[in-house]
Amino acid sequence: MKYLEEFRDPELAKRLLDDIHAIAKGRWALMEVCGGQTHSLIRNGIDTLLPDNIELIHGPGCPVCVTPLEVIDKALRIAAQPNVTFCSFGDMLRVPGSGEDLFTVKGGGGDVRVVYSPLDAVKIARDNPTREVVFFGIGFETTAPANAMAVVQAKRLGLKNFSMLVSHVLVPPALEAIMRSPHARVDGFLAAGHVCSVMGYWQYEPLAERFRVPIVVTGFEPLDLLQGIRMVVRQLEEGRFEVENAYARAVTREGNVPAQMLLSEVFEVTARKWRGIGEIPASGWGLSPAYREFDAAIRFDVSDINTVESAICRSGDVLQGLIKPNECPAFGKECTPRKPLGATMVSSEGACAAYYQYGRFMPLERIKG
Amino acid sequence: MTMDGTTPVFDMDGWVCPLPLRDHPNIILGHGGGGKLSSELVEHVFLPAFHNDALQHLGDSAVLRIGGQRLAMSTDSFVVRPLFFPGGSIGELAINGTVNDLAMSGATPLYLSAGFIVEEGLPIVTLGVIVERMAAAARAAGVELVTGDTKVVDRGHGDGLYINTTGIGVIPAGADIAPQNARPGDVVIVSGSLGDHGMAVMSVREGLAFETQIVSDSAPLNGLVAALLNVTPRIHVLRDPTRGGAASSLNEIAKASQIGIVLDERAIPVRPAVRAACELLGMDPLYVANEGKLIAILPREDADAALTALRAHPLGTEAAIIGQVVERHPGVVVAKTGIGGTRVVDMQIGEQLPRIC
Repeated sequence: MKYLEEFRDPELAKRLLDDIHAIAKGRWALMEVCGGQTHSLIRNGIDTLLPDNIELIHGPGCPVCVTPLEVIDKALRIAAQPNVTFCSFGDMLRVPGSGEDLFTVKGGGGDVRVVYSPLDAVKIARDNPTREVVFFGIGFETTAPANAMAVVQAKRLGLKNFSMLVSHVLVPPALEAIMRSPHARVDGFLAAGHVCSVMGYWQYEPLAERFRVPIVVTGFEPLDLLQGIRMVVRQLEEGRFEVENAYARAVTREGNVPAQMLLSEVFEVTARKWRGIGEIPASGWGLSPAYREFDAAIRFDVSDINTVESAICRSGDVLQGLIKPNECPAFGKECTPRKPLGATMVSSEGACAAYYQYGRFMPLERIKG
Repeated sequence: MTMDGTTPVFDMDGWVCPLPLRDHPNIILGHGGGGKLSSELVEHVFLPAFHNDALQHLGDSAVLRIGGQRLAMSTDSFVVRPLFFPGGSIGELAINGTVNDLAMSGATPLYLSAGFIVEEGLPIVTLGVIVERMAAAARAAGVELVTGDTKVVDRGHGDGLYINTTGIGVIPAGADIAPQNARPGDVVIVSGSLGDHGMAVMSVREGLAFETQIVSDSAPLNGLVAALLNVTPRIHVLRDPTRGGAASSLNEIAKASQIGIVLDERAIPVRPAVRAACELLGMDPLYVANEGKLIAILPREDADAALTALRAHPLGTEAAIIGQVVERHPGVVVAKTGIGGTRVVDMQIGEQLPRIC
């Protein structure tokens, strides 16, 4: 496939791997920020090919995983109402709230639909004027421009029956929270390439400086990931802590400026709860006053829902890189993708699910060779 | 209604699941997805109720001994939406699906029944076209449709048309093909590209337009099986990887035979358009449904003859060896990735869901 096969070339991958093996002298813990990167690292078996002194810690960048229980519970209450058509990205359907998930609401007669774009939900609202159409607007900076565009379009079309349950989160405040943690053990970051394609990477420069940590903007294909890992390791070995770009075919320092302008019009920065981590100040987006009429949380008055997270699940420690998924006592036992305790086990991008799906619950030597 | 005209009382509260399913009190779509939830439903609800020797093997078809003859019997219901999709319709699927389930035990399929559950309001011309396509598919597969049934349900109680087919066939003497027969040293062969049917249906159902149209691979596999048996009677396992895809079939085989399977990801044939669609939706072709492909597991020394025979058949021109059976990690399927790493290919849990980003 054009523009994909080129970045999966086994010969070039081997050269990058040889290089990483040659330059990596110290023991380094690298965090890949994005869940898509976790998925690709494990799907391609890159973790089985790196030297033992390079450890990968799976970061908090799975939007499905960090969406707090409280927001899921709000979604469930809204979706169960008989006049509501609730639209969501597919993998949010299996995320359990305190009781059930959206699949169960669907099984119980709720009108829950999988859409591929928030604009599809706007179209459903336009075609079904008697239904209240709600889109579940979650994600990082990557999905935010399309969600913002959906709200703008709904306003332009004068749709009174469209609203969005917004729970957007931002990467830089999360990285700062991770580095501020007294248990912080991350030596370098692979920054999320797609987030940076929207926002650029200038926001990361003060973080690299303050915490003396290298940050390399990294893509998602095997060669992108290996290139990003090599650049972080090289910085660490040379004692540098800079922001570098290993994903120049998609990312510039400034990012996508028109998208950023749209975002600042539709959204405003707010505090956000992160599942498993807790509230981080100024770490999310909510609808700005000019667009608040489209806020589903207000329209359906679900502000009374205040859910406390489960105490058994250690997904918070996983998201912060403090433990590996299979070090959680519940992993693969009480907690499986079928009966997930924490959100990291839910999404295919979640670190726990990726470990489970691709077999990291068994010792590596059983599948190597 | 009972015979004396009273309404029977069903003791719903008194029914106790013999092996409790703790996770879901109600049926969810994933129970029909062909993955773990499906097999648990069978194991926990159906098997305890119907338990018998022929059923317990849980093959694609039951093997029955009647007199000196071995018969294969299989049933399948078709609820595909939309009724027509690129490369086929529910009609061909209903014939080929049951023909293929029979063929996977090595049987020569002979006779089929068909049950039609039709929703009020379905245009008769639609039914007529589908039935004609069924008849053509039956002719192509060399089977006869010898009995049938029709029911009509209220508007809104069905997706236009559901079809059930049941078939019987004769298993030739000497063939011993079953999911528990894979042996270390065997090779894993696939008859052609994976994922065509699932992505063809998905592209229409979800209104996704791709530059190249993806066409379903729906086809009868009994001809391919006959060609294989002709050159090598020592086939250990045959499987048509429908719902849940090749990953689910291979996991079932690995567990039934208590062997490990190592796939070479680079050797797995996938059409470029299917690969691209899967990339776009965050799906893995190994988990996408096929309706005209088979997986054959047989001794390494027979691999060349088997490949030659498959490739000489119009439905097997892209046949390839995609992996091998090993002693280590019994019950587990792993894949050597394109860049030389290793990953586990687990069974699918429920429905495969498109990812957010």
